[in-house]
Amino acid sequence: MNPFVTLRIALRALMRNTMRSFLTTLGIIIGVAAVIAMMAIGAGARAQVQAAFAAMGTNLLILLPGSTSAGGSHGGFGSMPTLTWDDLTAIRNELSNVKAASPALRSNQSLISDENNWTTSITGTSPEYFQIRNWPMDGGAAFTDGDVTAGAKVVVLGKTVVDRLFGKRVDPVGQTVRIGSTPFSVVGVAAAKGQSSTGQDYDDAAFIPYTTFARRIQGGLSKYLSGTVFIQAASSEQTSRAMAEITRLLRDRHKLVDGQDDDFSIRNLNEVAGAQQQGTDTITTLLASVAAVSLLVGGIGIMNIMLVSVTERTREIGVRMAIGAKPRSILLQFLIEALVLSIVGGILGVVFGVGIATWLANKFQWPIQIQVDVISLSVGFSGLVGIIFGLFPARKASKLDPIEALRYE
Amino acid sequence: MPIIEIKDVVKTYQTGDVQVHALRGVSLSIEEGEFVAIMGASGSGKSTLMNIVGCLDRPTAGAYHLAGREVSGLNRDALAEVRNQVLGFVFQNFNLLSRTSALENVELPLIYRGVSGKERHRRATRALERVGLTGRLDHTPNQLSGGQQQRVAIARALVGEPKVVLADEPTGNLDSLTSVEVMALFQELQQAGITVALVTHEPDIAEFSSRVVVVRDGLILSDQRQSPKNARQALDELVAAKAREEHA
Repeated sequence: MNPFVTLRIALRALMRNTMRSFLTTLGIIIGVAAVIAMMAIGAGARAQVQAAFAAMGTNLLILLPGSTSAGGSHGGFGSMPTLTWDDLTAIRNELSNVKAASPALRSNQSLISDENNWTTSITGTSPEYFQIRNWPMDGGAAFTDGDVTAGAKVVVLGKTVVDRLFGKRVDPVGQTVRIGSTPFSVVGVAAAKGQSSTGQDYDDAAFIPYTTFARRIQGGLSKYLSGTVFIQAASSEQTSRAMAEITRLLRDRHKLVDGQDDDFSIRNLNEVAGAQQQGTDTITTLLASVAAVSLLVGGIGIMNIMLVSVTERTREIGVRMAIGAKPRSILLQFLIEALVLSIVGGILGVVFGVGIATWLANKFQWPIQIQVDVISLSVGFSGLVGIIFGLFPARKASKLDPIEALRYE
Repeated sequence: MPIIEIKDVVKTYQTGDVQVHALRGVSLSIEEGEFVAIMGASGSGKSTLMNIVGCLDRPTAGAYHLAGREVSGLNRDALAEVRNQVLGFVFQNFNLLSRTSALENVELPLIYRGVSGKERHRRATRALERVGLTGRLDHTPNQLSGGQQQRVAIARALVGEPKVVLADEPTGNLDSLTSVEVMALFQELQQAGITVALVTHEPDIAEFSSRVVVVRDGLILSDQRQSPKNARQALDELVAAKAREEHA
């Protein structure tokens, strides 16, 4: 028997009870719409987390000096300077998995312009820092290696600092600010980066060459690097290899024997990002499974209506069998009806799901991502639901005895 | 060779603990082109006999040759094929699909035979013309009178060009005039060479057949050939009588 003819028979049977058919598909519509909306929101959250970590820097490792240990009380990481400037040079030059490394010496200082003053975090660093953290300039340019060598009194300001010191819509490049009593020339403005995931304002910062920092703020350049080191691995696959390389190099350089603890620590931000992403993934999975349950309930609704339909049309089934319909044809007819219900429900569900996700995105400024594979998967899954839940009623119909069916009132 | 040949057919139903012997060894042979009326009271076994002849049911024991083929042991699929190819059914309550046009109702057996849409349309139109329903192809059953519905049903039975048409109380729901009309149609089928077997409990309907088989208690009580009453003539007389009545 021609499948198109069967499809037409099924469509006509469904059109006879338009309202009932629609209510039956509603279960599937809600299920699919929920799955798609939830997955869109989940994917959006995931992308947001990814973007937040990308803002911190790509393939970033942070190297912290070791802790002091005096009288049995351990200080935190970074409380004792164990890293030397030579360590940094070695990391930069000797390791194949490291692309760039830059020191970050930090201190909170007051910056003074002609009209205003503002206390912010000053970082003494090298020009690679802006590359490692994906931080372009909005105006002017970053200081150069030449500035570092010369210990030039130049500063790159974050957007928030510019706003505080000079007001909005003022180009500060070329102006002078004082840090303590030392005048610095503003050479660049770092592009606005926004907040970190913990609410820290990245743009409330100022950057000067680390040599200048050591001389003017720390009071002299020592052998030790009293800050952290930002390291960029050559690629995301190489971050853990770079981490191992750095550990080996530093243990070697610090002459640590086996069994002795590291006198430094390395944080892998890719791992932190992965953990955060796992968190959002868990929530997405949870929401999607709740939505999938409603899809299941929709399937049961289809089965229910198909059973009613088989009972109602018992006589029709009898007639069809009497004039030569094989059990297989009857089975196919009811199965296709169930399939049409579920697939149409699935397609309408996609439309609603995308609509809901878009509405949420506009209304609450949620980042959403509509995924084509999720859409095709949920339409496919609703078709599967139709087949699974349509099979039992269809089998019931095909197993009817034609004599009994013809006699059915 | 007879088109229908039943030998020692037994049909026993198990209803709970009770065994019901619906047919207790029935032998019947019907030649091609015969018009047989099967009569009997309700519970006599005539419906069971008809179901077995119609390949809707299988005998518990005995043999059944239909158009030269042993069909008593066939499975459901094969029986469906036999019903589709060899037989045509007419029911008491017409059994047309509601909200489906006359034309589509008639096309139904051809759908299960896999005939193409165009050919189905052509053959169904011709079958409806044959039963005198030319202008009502698009009407659904509830737009047709009882007699017209039964004509559609007969057209549906005819469209597959069956060897045998089986009718179960085809006039049971019709008034006497329409009943005779339908019988005239069956007589035309017989003249065209189609074997007709109908179940009825009305003796004046059985008069139009060429042979009357009476069933009682699961056995054949009598089997007599007769010269059939001409339905066309009876119809003319009835119409004339009606006209006189209205005139007076």
